[in-house]
Amino acid sequence: MPRQIHLAAHFPGVNNTTVWSDPRSGSQIDFASFVHLARTAERAKFDFFFLAEGLRLRELKGRIHDLDVAGRPESLTVLSALAAVTTRLGLAATVNSTFNEPYEVARRLASLDHLSGGRAAWNVVTSYDAFTGENFRRGGFLDEADRYTRAAEFLQTARELWDSWTDRDLLADPAAGQFVREGAGEFAHHGRHFDIHGRFATPRGPQGHPVIIQAGDSEEGREFAARDADVIFSRHSTLEDGRAFYKDVKSRLAKYGRRSEDLKILPAVTYVLGDTDADAAERAAEIRRAQVSPQTAIAFLEAVWGRDLSGYDPDGPLPDVEPDLGEGVSKGRAQFRGDRAATVRQWRALAGERGLSIRDLAIETTARQTFVGTARTVADRIDEFVQTDAADGFIFVPHLTPGGLDDLAEHVVPLLQEKGVFRADYTGPTLRDHLGLGPARTAEETS
Amino acid sequence: MTHLHLAVALDGTGWHPASWREPGARPGDVFTAGYWTGLVREAERAALDLVTLEDALGPQSSVPLAFDHRTDQVRGRLDAVLIAARVAPETTHVGIVPTTSTTHTEPFHVGIGIASLDFVSRGRAGWRPQISARAAEAAHFGRRVLPELTPADFGAPETEALVAGLLTEAGDHVEVVRRLWDSWEDDAEIRDAATGRFLDRDKLHYIDFAGEQFSVRGPSITPRPPQGQPLVTALAHSAPIYRFAARGADVVFVTPHSRDEAASIIGEIRAAEAETGRTGAPLAVLGDLVVFLDDEPGAAAARLARLDRVDPLASDAEVFAGTPAELADLLLDRSAAGLAGFRLRPGVLPHDLTAIADGLVPELRRRGAFRDAYAEDTLRARFGLPRPANRYAAAP
Ligand SMILES: Cc1cc2nc3c(=O)[nH]c(=O)nc-3n(C[C@H](O)[C@H](O)[C@H](O)COP(=O)(O)O)c2cc1C
Repeated sequence: MPRQIHLAAHFPGVNNTTVWSDPRSGSQIDFASFVHLARTAERAKFDFFFLAEGLRLRELKGRIHDLDVAGRPESLTVLSALAAVTTRLGLAATVNSTFNEPYEVARRLASLDHLSGGRAAWNVVTSYDAFTGENFRRGGFLDEADRYTRAAEFLQTARELWDSWTDRDLLADPAAGQFVREGAGEFAHHGRHFDIHGRFATPRGPQGHPVIIQAGDSEEGREFAARDADVIFSRHSTLEDGRAFYKDVKSRLAKYGRRSEDLKILPAVTYVLGDTDADAAERAAEIRRAQVSPQTAIAFLEAVWGRDLSGYDPDGPLPDVEPDLGEGVSKGRAQFRGDRAATVRQWRALAGERGLSIRDLAIETTARQTFVGTARTVADRIDEFVQTDAADGFIFVPHLTPGGLDDLAEHVVPLLQEKGVFRADYTGPTLRDHLGLGPARTAEETS
Repeated sequence: MTHLHLAVALDGTGWHPASWREPGARPGDVFTAGYWTGLVREAERAALDLVTLEDALGPQSSVPLAFDHRTDQVRGRLDAVLIAARVAPETTHVGIVPTTSTTHTEPFHVGIGIASLDFVSRGRAGWRPQISARAAEAAHFGRRVLPELTPADFGAPETEALVAGLLTEAGDHVEVVRRLWDSWEDDAEIRDAATGRFLDRDKLHYIDFAGEQFSVRGPSITPRPPQGQPLVTALAHSAPIYRFAARGADVVFVTPHSRDEAASIIGEIRAAEAETGRTGAPLAVLGDLVVFLDDEPGAAAARLARLDRVDPLASDAEVFAGTPAELADLLLDRSAAGLAGFRLRPGVLPHDLTAIADGLVPELRRRGAFRDAYAEDTLRARFGLPRPANRYAAAP
């Protein structure tokens, strides 16, 4: 039997791939949008529905960035509401480990797992920068090196809390007069980041532990995923890049006593369908231009140049000034944590070689549809990635809210089902079942 | 006659500690969605104003301010905001009011959570912020140490100072949340294709709150919710909490044990409003009662006595056991003291909730004291509160 593909949906709200100027683009905040996308994903038998998180509005040049879609709900609240309008779809929340405390996050995730009948997942993210910290009680921030140690200890503490109840601790036995077993929920964790003890007041959820997702890409991030995660949400979406990442991460599993199938690697991807491959390519080019407006292109360069470039023509050549490598002008964004001077050199070379304008360059280096073609072409490509170890499946990031998954569900998924590489129906009630994962490892096993 | 406001307080299998042992109770289901959906739908069937959902960052306890380690009562809860969100799409009118702790949570997270509840319920979200003074709860977070208190410490100056500090922090917490709800003006999203701007940044506001325990920069990541400001409620038993409610709440739940006491509490609340310089609508004051209802005279009292023999009920609020008609008499009498309505705490679920829906509510309707059906779309509107102007919006 060919390897089975895992598919998930990313809600295309706050995201620079979202085309909000399209007349079909709806609200990124009304609940109806979430319902539409989640129900489409469930109709297509996707594994899960995914919400990203960003705890501060982005800024550019010291002011709120007004070009991107902004405005999103609190993830767990919306996912709990979605549990009412779906029955099988997994519900994945991104929840930061830097600006939260384990007791609260563990109880909220266990609550979602109960309220959804075993469909909760947690994307454990750290954070990009100190900027977000200004919205929080602890205010300050952790050094980059400490973020993953806190994340790892946070997750381990959460596992200890989930394990503080066994499946047999809830008795609710009126005849015996016993509601809970003695000692249920007792925990004590004495570590570097958390020194806590007491009683965890939420019984173990149907999955034991929610599915754990990891999304960082550094050496520490990969190691964290290999040790602790069930799913990696990756950015490596080309075939070559995907294979290299896949090989690297999967090879790290053995030293933690884990098998290759225990960790699913799901790159984030976009897609465009057409009646012919040429038609799809044409539509893809249009979408790319819509994703990168003239103003967005300038803003994109400003984030790297670290200076005001508003005087430059987006359809003209790259700025002739050198970048200001000081503090940086873009806050709350993931890109360009790397070497900005090197990036500028690289872009200049690329633009010179290919005669690209500022906007062309921004289009070239940002918005990228991974799968473009007829439904058949796209289905075959997806399958090729999975059968050749470039991914275990994909997290689709549509460019339209909320209808952006409709044609994928309608046209591509049936082809994958015909090929026998994607389920025709859910085989179990929980997200762990959809992902083919065994029972949750206990805190003891992961310590 | 003006209509009473009627709320119902949901907690576990009901407010009697032995409720979970009753034949109709579903103690094994309190951690399921179906259990809560069923109860909230029942409240909606009766056209009640709202349901509140109790919560805490630790287990329930029969003794104040400590864990009792008992295993013979309901122990354990799900997060109230998530229960509220889970039931919202399965109901259409009833207000949904979860409790959160102001002591151990981040106001930013709570603010976006309640705003999101308002989005998923389409304008029916409320919020009950509550302090937690239990040392054992603080140990779940490890960020601060609170002293272990026993009833002997109540009234002591150190205890009062501790509570005063937690209330100041709670007041800051509510202030931050309310500012975050206003930090987006209603028309901040412009989608202006010509200039490429999705947002009008002049309509987004830094809230720049700096208090003793925390500072928050803002703006929110969540746009202003449908009600503008979801309904803020508080449960209050004493003057410091009346002042907290006067500063930050729209509705306050109180625990009078007689009509006279109701009148005197209302007097204290109005004084607190004056003292704190409250502007806008006065607090709507609802009286809390634990209720045991049966149609047959004497049956509810007998049931309560039977339950009390298993495990006696201790209550801050007055305990009523009688027929729906007798309860209607009491409510109408109390309301003459100036209470806008009541928050009923069913002694046993679903029994006493069903009796509210099938007995009390029809009885109040016969007397012209309760609505026949829902009229308003939002929870605020149900309390006669307009959608508030945004504090940051420039005057037109
Ligand atoms: C595909 C992907 C998606 C991510 N999504 C989020 C997100 O929604 N919210 C967030 O705060 N961080 C998100 N992150 C950031 C990571 O959690 C992490 O903070 C960042 O990648 C830095 O870690 P690293 O050095 O290991 O890459 C994402 C990262 C990746 C690669």
